[in-house]
Amino acid sequence: MGNLPYKVRVGLGTCGIAAGAQKTYNAIVPLLEAQGITPEKVGCMGMCYNEPLVEVIAPDGQSYVYGSVTPDEVETIIEQHIVGGTAVQDLLVLSPVGDTDDQPFMAKQHRMLLEHLGKINPESIDSYLEVGGYDATKKALSMTPEEVIAEVEQSGLRGRGGAGFPTHLKWKFTRQYEGEQKHIVCNADEGDPGAFMDRSVLESNPHGVLEGMLIAGYAIGATEGYIYCRAEYPLAIRNLHLAIAQATERGFMGKNILDSGFDFSIQIREGAGAFVCGEETALLMSIEGKRGMPRFRPPFPAEKGLFDRPTCINNVETLANIPCIISKGSAAYNTLGTETSKGTKVFALAGKVNRGGLVEVPMGLTVNEIVFGDLDLCQYDHKLFKAVQTGGPSGGCIPAALGDTPVDYDSLKAIGAIMGSGGMLIMDDETCMVDVARFFLSFTCEESCGKCTFCRTGTKKMLEILERITEGKGKESDIDLLEELGKKVIAGSLCGLGQTAPNPVLTTIKYFRDEYMAHVTDKCCPAKQCKALIRYEILPEACVACGLCKKQCPVNAISGERKTPHVIDPEACIRCGLCVNSCKFNSIVVTTGAPEPALQ
Amino acid sequence: MKNTEKTNLAERNPVEDIDQIVRRHNVNRGATIPILQDIQNTFGYVATEALTRVSDLTGISESELYSIVTFYSQFRLQPSGKNIIRVCHGTACHLAGADKITESVMHETGAKAGETSEDGLFTVEKVACLGCCSLAPVVTVNDETLARVTPDKARALVIESRDAEKEKTGCKGECQHGKPAV
Repeated sequence: MGNLPYKVRVGLGTCGIAAGAQKTYNAIVPLLEAQGITPEKVGCMGMCYNEPLVEVIAPDGQSYVYGSVTPDEVETIIEQHIVGGTAVQDLLVLSPVGDTDDQPFMAKQHRMLLEHLGKINPESIDSYLEVGGYDATKKALSMTPEEVIAEVEQSGLRGRGGAGFPTHLKWKFTRQYEGEQKHIVCNADEGDPGAFMDRSVLESNPHGVLEGMLIAGYAIGATEGYIYCRAEYPLAIRNLHLAIAQATERGFMGKNILDSGFDFSIQIREGAGAFVCGEETALLMSIEGKRGMPRFRPPFPAEKGLFDRPTCINNVETLANIPCIISKGSAAYNTLGTETSKGTKVFALAGKVNRGGLVEVPMGLTVNEIVFGDLDLCQYDHKLFKAVQTGGPSGGCIPAALGDTPVDYDSLKAIGAIMGSGGMLIMDDETCMVDVARFFLSFTCEESCGKCTFCRTGTKKMLEILERITEGKGKESDIDLLEELGKKVIAGSLCGLGQTAPNPVLTTIKYFRDEYMAHVTDKCCPAKQCKALIRYEILPEACVACGLCKKQCPVNAISGERKTPHVIDPEACIRCGLCVNSCKFNSIVVTTGAPEPALQ
Repeated sequence: MKNTEKTNLAERNPVEDIDQIVRRHNVNRGATIPILQDIQNTFGYVATEALTRVSDLTGISESELYSIVTFYSQFRLQPSGKNIIRVCHGTACHLAGADKITESVMHETGAKAGETSEDGLFTVEKVACLGCCSLAPVVTVNDETLARVTPDKARALVIESRDAEKEKTGCKGECQHGKPAV
């Protein structure tokens, strides 16, 4: 039965590997070899919730995607589908007929930037060339730099790092400053916890980013590029190194690229774990080998950047959009989106959703449309939907009541949130908004570089207040104090970190003040998350005294003889929740607020 | 689960290694951080003696090097335990209960976050996002990433790798960690 013209792809992005894709791959290789097929290693297609993913492409070109494939299931797929010719219906997540539950997740997206993700082998330049890779470079090099900038201007592309500054303006400014050597820097320090689109793009389509940098370099007159990538993304760094070596070998990088007379080279710098280095001036300091402390602007990096030379800093997603725009033309891009926010945007959906992963949709769709509604990308029961946080620790939360807000730069800004890099964290009734605010602030407080007093001390004071509230020791005046301090931190900070750090606190107070009040006045946590305000109790009528919880308890807080209902000692209990997970009879409950009068 | 690669310092000359690292990078401007990163990759941590040597070679003052090493969270000034357990505390992992995972790991190893257990087997770290948000909560043990971890699983993981270690070393000590792995 050898030489069947089936093709098989296995997704080996970081999330795939975390879900066990390497084991699946290892299992599939020998079995496929017996059929004369070599599986292709591809990156992440964005369906992270269904990893490990295996795609089978039938001889007629039809694609069948299998999800959550364990090594044991590999054999079934090969036996039934590749040898037998019938798809394994139970494991299918995407089929050509379109009859699976997961179909809308892919079908309703508009994939331009993510088009090749999960389709090409990120370790092979040939795989990228097959789908038209480096065509944009050829086209751009046949244009003048001014024409390239004009094309980007036409597209309406705005920086995808968060602030949404028009990309063509950055390029124009950097181009106009005199300098023997200019630099283009790719900001791949995706520090927002909850955002992972840059990781995915770098891992799964590194050449796309390199091409974007090359074109940007050509447009602004830079011959040297730097990619500043977080060290937490080892696979992205590895694939980038490989891609640079391959591109150089094929003449897409180095001296006199494609006989155009243009020279361009790229170096990779690994970040060393500092969130503030996502801020452009801090990032430059870090590349220069110093502490990543932001500095005052002006002069802007376009005038005096890396090593005091004119420098343009663009985000990964911004740069990855460039090849699309150049090869397909700005018209294909600017017809999507809204008046002021053009094109598509990639969002990383995570949190309390059934379908977490990467989605790409045109700008301007509403929150509701993305989360459930028309697109229903998350497959989410909207009765529980409470809020969505955009922009990570710098962003704000959008309550369910404002779910009709269009997701574009300006509409989000108007309600106190920001687009940010595109992380979308969905929260439900089990999420405590005060705890979320505390979480974000503890992050920004820890990551503050300490240069500006308000950011250094102000965030610390705000954090102390929030901790007090979550511990049930808050006062009503604390909420006003938080608002006051928050506004001062925004006003008194030099860089984006401090200027946006209070956003999560301010927006949660704005939209969920009642939850704050419940913590302060009733000493209760409605979401039952704040440890100091909750208790674990065993319902005597439901307890069968099996002793499982007692065994699980790490602090021996549960007592009870055989055949008598067990009891939790609230003093000893550390509220780890292990007992709840272990109880098979749902007899352990979490309560909050003042103890019931009956217990007195 | 591979243990972190650690160089047996007695077998090689650390000064020579450092010299080589500096020589390899010194051609580039602003190579301070890559140099320190390579030192950490080689030795598992950045010793203060290493900073002195780098300072001698590059002319960058020791205090400046120290300020860099303490600014970036990646650098470690103490040797790490045999296994590094990193619990992701990104937003998605936080919502999915990362605190409980860390607690459970800390409890089982006896090491606080950022510290190494007394037996030298585990270093526990809390890290910002690892970028696997859809599979939260995420834990990495050395170079292996584990998805959708529960407090139980995290505990079992520690017990398992401790048992594996004991088997290797043949330790028959009176072990207090006899709770059954689930």
